[in-house]
Order: sequence, then structure tokens, then C-alpha cells
Amino acid sequence: MIPLSWYLILAAILFCVGLYGVLVRKNAIAILMGIELMLNSININLIAFWRYRSSDGIAGQAFAIIVFAVAAAEVAVGLALIISIYRRRSSVVADDMNMLKW
Amino acid sequence: MTAEQLIFIIVAAVTLVAGISVVTSRNLIHSALWLILTLFGVAIFYVLLDAGFFAVIQVIIYIGAIAILFIFAAMLTRRVMQDTGPQTNPNWWLGGLIALLLFAGIVFILINWQGFSSLAPKLTNPSGRIIQLGLALVSPDQYVLPFELASVLLVAGMIGAIFVAGEKKQ
Repeated sequence: MIPLSWYLILAAILFCVGLYGVLVRKNAIAILMGIELMLNSININLIAFWRYRSSDGIAGQAFAIIVFAVAAAEVAVGLALIISIYRRRSSVVADDMNMLKW
Repeated sequence: MTAEQLIFIIVAAVTLVAGISVVTSRNLIHSALWLILTLFGVAIFYVLLDAGFFAVIQVIIYIGAIAILFIFAAMLTRRVMQDTGPQTNPNWWLGGLIALLLFAGIVFILINWQGFSSLAPKLTNPSGRIIQLGLALVSPDQYVLPFELASVLLVAGMIGAIFVAGEKKQ
């Protein structure tokens, strides 16, 4: 039997790796990949809590489904924005995307 | 050590190595391929957690759609910063420090929680779970409103992506 702590520690490590990627990478696409890692670790947490704490209900699974849908929408719009910016500025470096800065 | 624990440790090691490679590899295509491996590992965790449906939609949505979208985006924006110059910000150590501090904080909160090392209760009626989930997502007194909101969000995301990335006719 696997204790709940293993899943929680694993999800915490995965979340922090994703956070490191979001904070550190220059490439905007790589930043989105970091966000995907974070969303995945959240989903592991949700399913693990559903399984270990309230497996009679269905709330954890329903929440995870919504996270899936939001992740799909987020990555579609995010990559579309990056491609559009690349077309105008020929750059995918997040530091160069300062058109809205005053 | 049971077989389940052994599988968990192996899959966790592969997933974490792949996840770290996603954020550290220089080539963006390699990052995307490591991301696929990470997503497969997460799918195996769903199987271990008796949520097989989530493993399937993880493979279909994340690997089949999102990771492929990442590879397409990486190929459409090539030759920009491939293998030239540093791939990380100059103050990368600060990001690493923040991530480590967050991890320490999460672990500190978790080990002070009494349910931390609880074991899984026996799952009642495992095969009826899909039916229960499907009914819960469309029944008015449960999750029909978040479900409809998610569908509206997906339509808005799709239209927005087409509008933003589409070629403008001058």
C-alpha cells in the first residue's frame, strides 16, 4: 500500500520544478511548459486526495476534469499569443515582449 | 516493499528526471519530448490511484493534443534562440531559491497535518465510478454549472486562438 504522503511529496516536487521553469526560462514556450507541469502536479494532488480522503464522493474527479479543460484552453490561447508575437517581433523571449510597457 | 510501491518509486524517478529535463534542456524540441515522458508518468500515477479514466484522458488530451501543440509551436518559432546564448535568466539562482523555499514550506505544512501518511480506504464499486462521474457532471444539483462554464471557456479559447494566431488579411 502506498501512503498518501508519497503522492503529496511527489506532487510538491513536480510543482516546484514547474515553478522553477516558469521563473527561470527565457523562452515563452518553455514557460508554458512549466505551467503545464504545475497543473499536472495539482491534478495528482486532486486525484490523490479524492482517493485517500473522500472516495465516496466524486468532487475531486469533477474538479480534475475542470482543470483539464482549463489547461487545454490556456495552452491553446497561450501558444496562439506566442506565435502572433513571434510573427510581429521575430522573438519568443519573454523579456522582449514589452509592447504594453509604458 | 510491495510491487505497488516498487512501481511507484520507478515511475516517480522517471517522472521527476523527465520533469527536471523539461525545465533544463536547451533545445525546445527536447523539452517537449521530455514533457511527453512526464505526462506519461502522471498517467501511470492515475492508474495507481484507481482513476483509469483520468489516465486515458491524460494520454488523449495532454499527450495527444497539448504536447503536440507545444511541438508545433516550437517548430514554428525555430532558429530564434536555439542553442545560442543562455536559456535562463541571469538571476536563475533566485528562481531556484524561491522554488526550494516553496517546497520546504509545502513539506513543513504537510508533515504537521495528521492525515499525511494515511492509507487508501478500500474503493467501493470501482466500476460504477465512471457512471457516477458522468451523472455528476450533468446533474443540475451537482456540477452542471462548472461543466457548462468549462465548455464556454473551451469555445472562447478556440475562437480566441484562431483569431489571435490567424493570418490577418491586409
